[in-house]
Amino acid sequence: MKDLTLETLLAVFEEMFGPLLFWAMVAVAAIITITFVFVLIRDRSLEGRTLVRAELSAPIGALAAIWFVQFMTNSGYSDVGGPVDLFVLLLTGVAGAVGLTILVYTVLALLPGKHPRQN
Amino acid sequence: MGHPQNLTASRRAFLGFAAGGLALAGTSGQARAENVKTSAKIVILGAGAAGTALANRLADRLDGARITLVDGRKRHLYQPGFTLIGAGLKPANYSVSTTAQWLPRGIDWVDESAANIDPEARTVTTRGGKKLSYDFLVLATGLKLDWGAIEGFSLDMVGTNGLAAVYAGPEYAAKSWQAMDRFTDEGGIGLFTRPATEMKCAGAPLKYTFLTEDYATRKGSRGRIEINYAAHSGSLFSVPIVNEKVRMLFEQRGIDIAYDRVLKAIDPGRRIATFASPEGDVEMPYDFTNVIPPMVAPDVVRDSPLAVQSGQWLDQGWADVDKSTMRHIRYPEIFAIGDIAGVPKGKTAASVKWQVPVAEDHIVADITGTLSPAIYNGYTSCPMITRIGRAMLVEFDYDNNLTPSFPGVIAPLEELWVSWLMKEIALKATYNAMLRGKA
Repeated sequence: MKDLTLETLLAVFEEMFGPLLFWAMVAVAAIITITFVFVLIRDRSLEGRTLVRAELSAPIGALAAIWFVQFMTNSGYSDVGGPVDLFVLLLTGVAGAVGLTILVYTVLALLPGKHPRQN
Repeated sequence: MGHPQNLTASRRAFLGFAAGGLALAGTSGQARAENVKTSAKIVILGAGAAGTALANRLADRLDGARITLVDGRKRHLYQPGFTLIGAGLKPANYSVSTTAQWLPRGIDWVDESAANIDPEARTVTTRGGKKLSYDFLVLATGLKLDWGAIEGFSLDMVGTNGLAAVYAGPEYAAKSWQAMDRFTDEGGIGLFTRPATEMKCAGAPLKYTFLTEDYATRKGSRGRIEINYAAHSGSLFSVPIVNEKVRMLFEQRGIDIAYDRVLKAIDPGRRIATFASPEGDVEMPYDFTNVIPPMVAPDVVRDSPLAVQSGQWLDQGWADVDKSTMRHIRYPEIFAIGDIAGVPKGKTAASVKWQVPVAEDHIVADITGTLSPAIYNGYTSCPMITRIGRAMLVEFDYDNNLTPSFPGVIAPLEELWVSWLMKEIALKATYNAMLRGKA
């Protein structure tokens, strides 16, 4: 790739999804991340029980992400041909798992009556 | 709710974090160079990948320049998509957009084709008789598929009698898929060829051969199918290391190779293709074949003083440019980019992506009276599809060196799913970003 700058990358993603959908997705991801950070700062720590419950959703996130990539292409598991393919597949799963865990943790932490520091 | 004091503290911390994030985002953008003010008249012939990308980049970089794009075609075609359409993986409209939607504001689009170039008088005359004068002329006309050179063949036959013509356009690629689909159901002899001229995407004939074999295998009809590849010379691909890899894959996949065969005629009634070879004319039977004609420069360049004057390309008429700067050898105010440029191995969208910034930089340097160091090293790339779901990301330069973008991560001669994902998902988006001058 020539000049793989952030600007190029953004332009490519805008073309891939359309500018509206892409920036909407970026906004949603940013809102979830900021809310997660807000919850962390508010609670001063990761709340163990909430985290364990959130982590239960991780396999679902992993499978959903892998399924989504397969759904988007004319290819499947049998096309995995080299180490980098396996790595990308695993990375997709990890991204889905981490993403959904963060989302579920944030939602659980924000639910009324679930505040761990409540006394 | 938490303790009010805690909440205030957290809110402050949170706002601080958000502000920090914004500040960081603000500094990550690249500082833009100031626009160059000029009243130069720049005429670009052709609104394909190269012409459109250059128009956008120049419009972005120059202030006050009069940029005129000359092209009669209302449709813009994403040509790297033709193979996917021809393999039934995408519909015909996957490759179709409009010329107008990619053009920058503030340029003039003359929707006629160019009929004549007078480099001495520095004028271009359009088919409608419009005369345009220029300070800089950029040839981005693309090339001409010389279907008439294949005796007995005409495009209205595509899709019938086992005839495919993936190069002819998205609709013909879709018809080609119908013929390939039928062939891989019924069985018979598949015959694949490529012309002996310079050609756009020299990997595409090989990809289509691989895809046909893959479909036959998937459908369970491989045992009823024989596949022959008629190579135009003594090799399958101009880069020796890639050639050797493809030869090995062909052997593994049971694809037979006949070397030094150049298609000259088709007899659709008898289903016989005739080839010129060192031993004279050779006939080969087929039940399915993908016709790819010789490729030459469009008449407006070929019949002008801008075409090559000697050497192997004399009869093909490509623009006579310096292969490092894309500048014309005899007329320094003229550049050629994309398929029309008389450079080796340069007829792909990937080449365009590398050539356009070089030509742009030299034009801007000329305007500002400076010298540009920009050089095109012949980089091109070919996502060599070997089956549905796998490809080899082959990248190379003028000197036949492999130039992998992701060395040590994506192996260029390995059949990978990741390379397929790039072709299927990322390539069109990158192409579109390039058209807008953003990639």
